[in-house]
Amino acid sequence: MNRRVLRARDAMDRAYAEPLDVRAVASVAHLSRAHFIRCFRAVFGETPHRYLQRRRVERSMFLLRETDRSVTDICFDVGFTSSGTFSRTFREIVGETPSDYRVEHEPMLPPTCLQMAAMRPVVAAGVAKRSSTFGIAAAAAAP
Amino acid sequence: MGVVPIKSRRGEDKRMITKLNATSIMVLDKDEALDFYVNKVGLEKGQDIKQGSYRWLTVRVPDDPGTEISLEEPGPPVHDEATAAQLRELITKGALGGLVFQSDDVRGLYETLKARGVSDFTQEPADRFYGTDMGIRDPFGNAIRILQPKKVAHAAKA
Repeated sequence: MNRRVLRARDAMDRAYAEPLDVRAVASVAHLSRAHFIRCFRAVFGETPHRYLQRRRVERSMFLLRETDRSVTDICFDVGFTSSGTFSRTFREIVGETPSDYRVEHEPMLPPTCLQMAAMRPVVAAGVAKRSSTFGIAAAAAAP
Repeated sequence: MGVVPIKSRRGEDKRMITKLNATSIMVLDKDEALDFYVNKVGLEKGQDIKQGSYRWLTVRVPDDPGTEISLEEPGPPVHDEATAAQLRELITKGALGGLVFQSDDVRGLYETLKARGVSDFTQEPADRFYGTDMGIRDPFGNAIRILQPKKVAHAAKA
């Protein structure tokens, strides 16, 4: 079971920039949506949605540090579909705005794989651990 | 700052460590691991020696016999069953360390691996400031990275 859920997590790490639907990710593990969310949480200690958010935020932090792309471009580069959701999620997880983060941080030297493994932000203190599905970002993106 | 070199009796500097001789990776099944690392990844079989119930099984990079990678299974007599169960959990969660190899053609190797039926890519080949790399997982969950370092013009030594 661990191995299957890990495979689904790998799929998120690979395809974070694409619009991801929890059902599609669950199918990588050959599990139903609800069972997948339960199993993922049991194995990795957070919901798949939160994992993906933290991956997307980590990649946005990387692009903020390493590139001159605009915050809005970076938001879409890493798979967010609305800049409002991106700013809110970034602030919630990192504890500051993307622009403030960019000003304070410079490019890092460790290889990307280590950065991806080690730099995925933990949720800033005091943030409630809500978040269960992929639905939030999708709903926010609806016109 | 740094390591103080040890002086040999004749007075020349000796470094304390000169080479990585062996490392190990935890797998769930030695035979399956051997098949994957040799027939899929393209390493060669190294040692395969039975000592009682223990099988010392290693793989290594072809044409680079310096470093043996020992394939180790959790279980007795090294681990009690509870510890072995914990290790199996960690292996399959991808929570243990992995291996990083070098290649002179990561993109070519990517095609080769796909043709050999490898599907667990954690990352397709991507260009970084230090070279091109990609990532796969072994059948058990261990992360393997393969790097093609960027060629840099060596500065003349002062």
